[in-house]
Amino acid sequence: MADEKVLTNGQTRRAEFVIEAIVRVLGFSAIGFVTLIFLFLLREGVPAFLEIAPGNLLGSRWYPTFGLFGMLPLILGSLLVTVTAIIIALPLGVATAVFVREVAPNWARGVLKPMIEVLAGIPSVVLGFFGMTLVAPLIRQRLGTPTGLTAFTGAVILAYMSLPTIISVAEDALDAVPKSYRDGARAMGATEWQTIWRVVVPAARSGVVTAVMLGLGRAIGETMAVMLVTGNAARMPLTLDSLFRPARTMTATVAAEMGEVAQGSVHYHVLFGIGLILFILTFAINLTAAVAIFQKRRRGGLR
Amino acid sequence: MDRYQIQRVGFVVLGLVAVIVVAPILVVIGAIAVRGIGAVDWVFLTQMPRDGMRAGGIFPAIVGTVWLTLGTALAAIPVGVGGAIYLSEYARDNLLTRAIRLAIINLAGVPSVVYGLFGLGLFVLFLQFGTSIIAGSLTLAIMTLPIIISTAEEALRAVPTEFRTVSASLGGTRWQGIRRVVLPQAMPGIITGVILGLLRAAGETAPILFTVAAFFLPRLPQSPLDQTMALPYHLYVISTQVPGMPPQIQYGTALVLLALVLSLNIVATLIRRYYRRRREW
Repeated sequence: MADEKVLTNGQTRRAEFVIEAIVRVLGFSAIGFVTLIFLFLLREGVPAFLEIAPGNLLGSRWYPTFGLFGMLPLILGSLLVTVTAIIIALPLGVATAVFVREVAPNWARGVLKPMIEVLAGIPSVVLGFFGMTLVAPLIRQRLGTPTGLTAFTGAVILAYMSLPTIISVAEDALDAVPKSYRDGARAMGATEWQTIWRVVVPAARSGVVTAVMLGLGRAIGETMAVMLVTGNAARMPLTLDSLFRPARTMTATVAAEMGEVAQGSVHYHVLFGIGLILFILTFAINLTAAVAIFQKRRRGGLR
Repeated sequence: MDRYQIQRVGFVVLGLVAVIVVAPILVVIGAIAVRGIGAVDWVFLTQMPRDGMRAGGIFPAIVGTVWLTLGTALAAIPVGVGGAIYLSEYARDNLLTRAIRLAIINLAGVPSVVYGLFGLGLFVLFLQFGTSIIAGSLTLAIMTLPIIISTAEEALRAVPTEFRTVSASLGGTRWQGIRRVVLPQAMPGIITGVILGLLRAAGETAPILFTVAAFFLPRLPQSPLDQTMALPYHLYVISTQVPGMPPQIQYGTALVLLALVLSLNIVATLIRRYYRRRREW
């Protein structure tokens, strides 16, 4: 403690001022980093949109070696895999959140929550490796598809990867529903089951929407697992059976091809352009989720 | 069926769904452990790869991941904890603060491969670090930042206001109160958050694809400006890019990576549990 004692009043005040300034800069660094990421993606990605004819970019053929940069199959591939993943994950996630929050006895909660945290920590490349070596053969046998590396395989793996996000956000939403809502429903003679599905879950609706948005954001940006299990064929997923055929996402395209392109080439700029599209997409999705979170906070969290 | 029977059936169904969610996690860990454990021995953990990675060990990949994680910690902890202190102790609830929170939410949502592109553009090319440990660590650090900031802020906010007012009433300045009273109280929560952030960084592949990773480099990195192999990237390489790879080595590598990440996870959980029980407020 001796160091403070020898300081005069003025020195202490100056030290306070300096520290506050440093801490403030660190606080604002997050804004700086988001801006930097955006600027660098613009710098390297925008040339692609200037150099290549829009007709080519919006085309349905992605053959970079022949100068064909049609992004449509990649965008649709990402959409197909991501939306399917959320359709699988949403009911599982909400049901699990309801179980953990409203139904489960303490011991079950004590097992489930750490397990879900473990799932959140498993590296995506490990899940992708697991999907490729063990899930894909299973899907090929069971569904009789020519290959197990399909959009559906990717969606299943992605669904599990977005579950921790969906569950924890949905849990928070259920937690924020005031006790008086439950008491009111129970006093009217509703069973717990009726209370949950007719009062608590509807009251937590906006939080569940947030959970879906954040899960969607995670899923669309996921790279390694998707790259390992979806088969990476850049084809237009227009027919009904596309789900059970190989697909290729925007993320996997960037990850697979960036290592091989010459810096400054058209292909290089296009990959940054895809990165820019991904950034804008996830930014919009997260912005929507954030607005919902802020609104809840302003209402005093419903509590 | 009356409504109480419906309820009973409903609860059972919910329980089954929870099992459907959790069981595959055990299957993933179990399957990789069973298939990989045979490959993991002292030689595997401490030797260089041989025969185009089809034999020998994965030592350089392990060392690379340790270096990258340490580098990430060095860059991300001061910035992350500092940012959390600002948000929890100094920031007023105004438009600017809300902009910071928005930025953090968005930083957490940026796809990992986009971080890779950014790292390539800024650190490797613009700042001319080349593909190196330092470029990769800084990229991973920015990716880890939102996790560290939000968990550290939560830990700081959980310290009751009285701790700050008592410190001030004894003549302490604001910073003295933070450093001597609030930070020590919040430390377990902060450490937990830091570990959770770092284990994410240790397992990531996409951000290091273009910023550090060496396909095959059977020597240890000599400086922060060196390239290095890394466990997650190595697993990707040997499971897709090397024909005739013995499956046991693939599973062994996956097991080592999984064990590293899970043990960090367990450490974080234990720290949190231990201090929550000991806490006096």
